[in-house]
Amino acid sequence: MKLKTEPYVINVGPQHPSTHGVFRLRLTMDGEKIIDAEMIIGYLHRSMEKLAEERTYTQNIPFTDRTDYIAAMTGNLAYVMAVEKLMEIEVPERANWLRTIMAELQRLASHAMAGGTFANDCGTWQTPVMHMIRDREKVLDLFEMACGARLTTNYMRIGGVSRDIPPEFLPAMTKLLKELPDRIDEYEDLLLNNEIIIARSRGIAVLTPEEAIAYSLSGPMLRGSGVAWDLRKADPYAAYDKVEFDIAVGTKGDAYDRFAVRMAEMRQSVRILEQCAEMIPEGPIHARLQTATVQPIGNPVAPLVVRPPEGEAYARIESPRGELGFYIVSDGGPSPYRFHIRAPSYINLTPLKKMTVGMTVADAVVVLGSVDIVVGEVDR
Amino acid sequence: MPILAKWYDFRDLGNAIGALQDQILDWGAPDWVPYVVSGIIAVVGILLWLLVSQIVFIWIERRVIGLMHNRIGPNRVGPMGLLQGVADAIKLLLKEAITARATDKILFWAAPIAIFIPAMVVFAVIPFGEGMVLSDLNVGVLFFLAIGSINTIAVFAAGWASNNKYALIGAMRQIGMLISYELVQVFALLSVVILVGSMRMGDIVAWQSGNDVWMFAIQPLAFVAFIIAGLVEVNRSPADLSEAESELTAGYHTEYSGIKFGFFYAAEYFATFALSGVIVTLFMGGWTLWGAEEWVPGFLIFVTKLYAVFFLFIWARGTLPRLRTDQLMSFSWKFLLELMFVQILVIGLETLIWREQAYDASTVLPIFGVINWVLAIGLVVLWARMLGHGTPRTAGKRATLTQEIGKIYYEGAAGPGA
Repeated sequence: MKLKTEPYVINVGPQHPSTHGVFRLRLTMDGEKIIDAEMIIGYLHRSMEKLAEERTYTQNIPFTDRTDYIAAMTGNLAYVMAVEKLMEIEVPERANWLRTIMAELQRLASHAMAGGTFANDCGTWQTPVMHMIRDREKVLDLFEMACGARLTTNYMRIGGVSRDIPPEFLPAMTKLLKELPDRIDEYEDLLLNNEIIIARSRGIAVLTPEEAIAYSLSGPMLRGSGVAWDLRKADPYAAYDKVEFDIAVGTKGDAYDRFAVRMAEMRQSVRILEQCAEMIPEGPIHARLQTATVQPIGNPVAPLVVRPPEGEAYARIESPRGELGFYIVSDGGPSPYRFHIRAPSYINLTPLKKMTVGMTVADAVVVLGSVDIVVGEVDR
Repeated sequence: MPILAKWYDFRDLGNAIGALQDQILDWGAPDWVPYVVSGIIAVVGILLWLLVSQIVFIWIERRVIGLMHNRIGPNRVGPMGLLQGVADAIKLLLKEAITARATDKILFWAAPIAIFIPAMVVFAVIPFGEGMVLSDLNVGVLFFLAIGSINTIAVFAAGWASNNKYALIGAMRQIGMLISYELVQVFALLSVVILVGSMRMGDIVAWQSGNDVWMFAIQPLAFVAFIIAGLVEVNRSPADLSEAESELTAGYHTEYSGIKFGFFYAAEYFATFALSGVIVTLFMGGWTLWGAEEWVPGFLIFVTKLYAVFFLFIWARGTLPRLRTDQLMSFSWKFLLELMFVQILVIGLETLIWREQAYDASTVLPIFGVINWVLAIGLVVLWARMLGHGTPRTAGKRATLTQEIGKIYYEGAAGPGA
């Protein structure tokens, strides 16, 4: 007897425990098999790129906290780097090291979150994510110490950072760095060697290096596919050219490898931070901005705002999710003429259809977890 | 005639019931009255115990999982949060039970009831102590199997009636899981029944007590297989595929709220208690503890063991990731079922030799135990190897570290999940 069957549509999200925000995946299913997947985004769209055109360059820094709210520091950093490039500002040495410290702490915090939620998507009942959030919280404590905020840090400034770290910051960081390797070992032992995690994520959502490059992926997605590409080495910024670290790459290009790459990167971050704690020099934390770029010429009563010269600049950094770039066009006025964010979460999502079709719903959740999206950054 | 001859006779509540029955007969009531009265008392007693255990264990589970999660867990309601279960129950009772418009109303109402009743009924055949069993059926094991699988019908009814795709997928998964694991469960119980020669739960406990050995020491494979199959049957993590929070939001009970959801929630606990009870009875000596039952009331020993087994399930929930549907099923069909075939064969042979030769139990059981343990470990390792476990494909691998930018380390895709 032949049963009459027909495909049906199932909406994963916008309210769903595993979409990591208000992301919607419209799946056409044949039984438990996905035959079509459509991404529907925009539920968290706040029009940041347009809003930024109405605000001054300094006022835009808090916006960059709120694009990728899991990793606010790296958002700050990429933006101020773009403005500095536009204004040709030389950042003092100590500020560069502080930026490196903050960016790497942020990577630890973000990867802890990504790894935990990935394990959650594989079906562990919250345990790994809770343990990893413990580590993330410790990092956020450090942020609080440095800039007063935990989540939306607003720490970087055009030409430097907003304030110097307090004297107790480095000892606290060193203490955390002593604890972390053991914990990362524990996660790797318990999760990477976990029979069920391997069964759930090995061979799922494979992307070959050619495909990954063709989709313009970056970050752990690209490195998971085996391409050794890291902007911290390829196009060093801040103080990354002065520290030693390795690039972690996967060999199979599947969800498991992306997870393994994140875990290995946490270890490398610890290594970078240890060097930073030793090598950070004393000195100013903020460059002096030229009066000409701050004060409007011929209008002494206008407020003192940053006015970069006419031109355009693109600055990119290796955020926890991949290449985060800010493209800014200036017409010489107090606010950007055009403001664009190259959001890694958004671009890393593009191969989602290719990765999910032919899988089951259970796999789709794992795939989405391995991409590690932050919907604030996808929708902006 | 006093209800209890001596105050310490509470060790066996059966005495009190017996005295009460005599008393009622003395009053000149017809024969069936004491039977019904004692039955009602026992049912009420079991239900009260179940409810109290459930409420306490909701708290224990949440506190224990909290410890595993590095957090505190409920600590606000009552001393140390002990009244959290009560508060939850009241909340569920007072909450509106929403019935969506497109649901199949009758089935939607029937499903919570259909899942709740069998979960309680199983306790009718589980002996809490010597003689403390509501109905000492001579086919108690069969009764457990029959009643235990009714909950699948209820789950399917709930998923179907909800008219929700998540619920339907959850329900479909439940059916698939039942079909896969019912056989394993039956075989695991069968091997116990073959060795003991009785399906009466009381006999199985008496056999273990008489031979001074717990069944899991003789049949480790059946024990493990039964726990795994039982986990799947009662839908607890890591086999909670039909709820699968991270995939199906709440699976088959996505559309349920209020007390109807409470029924599902309670039924899961009851079913897990029942499963733990059966495990304790069949594999862990029931109410006996090497003579301690002379001094400690048997039902306390039984309940303590039951809680210990329940703790194991909480532990598993806090530890293990969830398998995919097809992986869970292939684990049953390709792995457990074959092992159970061998298990049945071996146990059958052993029993046959024992009966034919009329060996003394104290000489033959240790030998059987050793044989079965060696066989169990050997078979599991061998069969896992044959299925491709332990090959590099299924081994964990950390990321490769490199300094060379732009180099490609891709080695070709691994096959789909092991």
